[in-house]
Amino acid sequence: MSTKVTSSRTSSNSPHLLSITDLDREEIEDLLKLTDTFVEVGRRPIPKVPALRGRTVVMLFFEDSTRTRLSFETAAKRLSADTMSFAVSSSSLSKGESVRDTIETIQAMGIDAVVVRHKSSGVPAQIARWTTASVINAGDGCHQHPTQALLDAYTARSHLGSLEGRHIAIVGDIKHSRVARSNIEIFTALGAQVTVVAPRTLLPAAVATWPVEVSQNLDEVIPTVDICYLLRMQQERMTEALVPSLREYTKSYGLTSARADRMAEGALIMHPGPMNRGVEIASEVADRPTAVITEQVSNGVAVRSAVLFMLLGAGRHLSISAQNDDLVSASQLGMRSDPVLTESFSTTEETP
Amino acid sequence: MTTHPPTVIKGGRLIDASGEMTADIIISEGQIVAIGQNLDAELVVDAAGCIVSPGLVDLHAHLRQPGKEEAETIESGARAAALGGYTAVLAMPNTTPAVDCASVVREVLSLGSDSICDIHTSGAITVGRAGEQLAPMAEMAALGVRIFTDDGTGVQDDRLMRRAMEYASGLGVTLAQHCEVNSLSEGTCMHEGEWSARLGLAGQPSESEELMVMRDIALARLTGAKIHFQHMSTAGSAALIAAAKAKGMTVTAEAAPHHFTLTDACCKDYDATFKVHPPLRTQSDVEAIKAALRVGSLDAIATDHAPHAPEDKELPFDQAPPGMLGLEYALALAFTELVDGGEMSETQVLAAMSWRPAAIAGMKNHGQLLAVGTAANLCVIDPAQRWVIDATGGASLSRNVPYVGKEVRGKVRHTMQFGEVVVHDGKAQR
Amino acid sequence: MAERERKMSRPYGGVFVARSRIMDAEDIARALRRMAHEILERNHGSSEVILIGLQTGGVFLAHALAATLEDIEELVPGSMPVCTLDVALYRDDIGIRPVIPEEVTDIPFDLDSKVVVLVDDVLFTGRTIRAALDAVIDFGRPKMVQLAVMVDRGHRELPIRPDFVGKNLPTRRHELVNVTMDGVELGELQKS
Repeated sequence: MSTKVTSSRTSSNSPHLLSITDLDREEIEDLLKLTDTFVEVGRRPIPKVPALRGRTVVMLFFEDSTRTRLSFETAAKRLSADTMSFAVSSSSLSKGESVRDTIETIQAMGIDAVVVRHKSSGVPAQIARWTTASVINAGDGCHQHPTQALLDAYTARSHLGSLEGRHIAIVGDIKHSRVARSNIEIFTALGAQVTVVAPRTLLPAAVATWPVEVSQNLDEVIPTVDICYLLRMQQERMTEALVPSLREYTKSYGLTSARADRMAEGALIMHPGPMNRGVEIASEVADRPTAVITEQVSNGVAVRSAVLFMLLGAGRHLSISAQNDDLVSASQLGMRSDPVLTESFSTTEETP
Repeated sequence: MTTHPPTVIKGGRLIDASGEMTADIIISEGQIVAIGQNLDAELVVDAAGCIVSPGLVDLHAHLRQPGKEEAETIESGARAAALGGYTAVLAMPNTTPAVDCASVVREVLSLGSDSICDIHTSGAITVGRAGEQLAPMAEMAALGVRIFTDDGTGVQDDRLMRRAMEYASGLGVTLAQHCEVNSLSEGTCMHEGEWSARLGLAGQPSESEELMVMRDIALARLTGAKIHFQHMSTAGSAALIAAAKAKGMTVTAEAAPHHFTLTDACCKDYDATFKVHPPLRTQSDVEAIKAALRVGSLDAIATDHAPHAPEDKELPFDQAPPGMLGLEYALALAFTELVDGGEMSETQVLAAMSWRPAAIAGMKNHGQLLAVGTAANLCVIDPAQRWVIDATGGASLSRNVPYVGKEVRGKVRHTMQFGEVVVHDGKAQR
Repeated sequence: MAERERKMSRPYGGVFVARSRIMDAEDIARALRRMAHEILERNHGSSEVILIGLQTGGVFLAHALAATLEDIEELVPGSMPVCTLDVALYRDDIGIRPVIPEEVTDIPFDLDSKVVVLVDDVLFTGRTIRAALDAVIDFGRPKMVQLAVMVDRGHRELPIRPDFVGKNLPTRRHELVNVTMDGVELGELQKS
């Protein structure tokens, strides 16, 4: 008697998380709130819920990152989903096979979500055109790293409360940083004021069009911030004539002990990891209690569980507005076979 | 050489460099033999309501043969050209092997000898297009090559470019330049601006093109050589060329349809169909290119037709090869964007697509006046026909069309090459 | 009531419209008192009892029941262990319809060898309770699990039965039952 309601799963309707710009403020707030639930799940003696039982989540890591991949795998397993992992380091991603062929082969095995990391910007967006599964961007080139931004926002809020009106500095190689782009989006969406601090060679040419303040003077900015967010300074930037030397970079832009001392009371130090101790952050500073880097990592699993649940379980379409984003709380429902709700749900679902 | 029956093109509006008139044309044995009213012949081609123009001439097409025949062959490229109203195409030398010596020139000309479009080829300026050593331009010129370019890349070394200009001007041939300073564009895949910053893609500034335009204008002034600038894409380049012309220098330049139609915003979904060198620029660059075409400081429209196999265009954006198709869409895009969407007349568009490029390339049989005794290389265009561009159904072997879904007006109904009707009612005859 | 109406509006696809009042505030209080006595009788006191209120409708009732038990047994106010449980992640219709946890589950007590009393406002098909049982078992191994509801409205789809009931109320499938400290209303969903 209850008509089985199936969600329409064509490429154009599948919800993805490719970029923080896919989320409006309400959706960001919902995801952060949902993260609280998964933090609690993570603390249980059995840190597992059956919510995504029978679903398959595939990790497609064309660029190595054991840490991020394990974080996503744990997040999926917490939800009782099955996982498959393809990583270039284990060469299970065959050389010469195109990305499109790889995803079409994997999809033939029956998958619900694919988590993609690639060194080229835009590959998750391309993959989203070739699969009906939900695509989650785990970092694409210099473009976006949305789950990093979410866990950074979650960590920041757990210490500071609301980010409305807060001042956040992002320091380092903004030009090549997907973390910077995602974080600028999420922090400004949550009402914070962002200042990017970097030499001009490490800023995109069009930075004036971004909703940020720009500074080359970290010493001036440091006492005014609620969060100092440091980016990794990579060795390769030396060869590209972007900074003269790491020493020069650290002198002007590193978070030295002296600079950290001048930070306001309660201000946080954050970093996406892995840290280059002695370059962008002094080793001693990285171990201060205000440096919440390990918390960022541990919040990553809960945030990623929230994202997976939101895309596969909650039925909320994130990147494409749904015709039916009714959210129903458990206690109000007589669950599956309630005819009132089945009826109102199915009429909206049937619209092609 | 098969003979074609005497043909009359009836009821068309004849447009050429001298003006416009409504008349019938009779063609016999490859030549125009009569122009007048109420004429008849054995084969009748209906041109009622249509423009009859000298055939279009493309100064810039990649026909991929020899070397990349899965993307395009000279035969399929010729067919796409003829369907687009082109009676002559100048092929680019970045094949494998490059067209940098007489034997490869001979191969290309031989492959094109029986095609439905008159295939000419350019020659490379440097051996292998490597930018190190001058290629044997004289032996290629002896086979009829008039234009030399390393297209696909520009000649980076200043001294080498100077020597090439001196040598070329001694031979009476023209050098053409793909203006791109590699040290500024290396590793980039789109225009450097707001969109490249947002998309996290490395971009090249307009200056990477403009610096080489400046250099070549200066070297042309030094050497007295003729220089032709290929696929100009920035407002700055258009201004530099206008200034050089104002000083009386012999510089010519072309622009591609995608540079007066599309902008860098098209890259937002990371579809590599929109990746091209030089890249799609900003709306103000598009406006400047349109204005320059209108006043004539950019002389010609050239397609830079660049076929690529689908699996190549599905690579990540930064890895995909650059280039888009153009031969079958250029005329319609010009009518839509430059006439309807700009201030040019249809006659001015035809000048930029037929007689001026023919003059730049030194092609005596194309872009001529519609007069008795000239070679019958013509196209018949229905200027009112509206259609929607799509990626399938084209004659090219490739499908990388950036205009899918675009509504345009102007369609080639018939194309005649040396008296043969090679395209009739929009269909290639062989 | 206004709060419930808000919760049942736009996201729910309609507005709750009350048709009749089944119980008033005094009826609720009396029912709680009786149920508390039944719990104490059944479990020989309250020493092993942990109350778990199901989000969101059962939470206020769990607290009210705890207060009543503390009153009867003359316990220190706030000493009755009360937990909250959001069963969203255990539901059987995830991926079929939109499901979202409303509140974070809070079970800070060891459930081993305890008597867990699940508390909810309305017992209907039984699926919520089935989900709650799965959740509780993930937290430990209670000696016994019992179920207290203010209203049993029938239409069970699973073999679930309540141990302590405020009121048995026959209803039609399309009707809705709204429970607050002010009383119980029977009504329906008016689609907006």
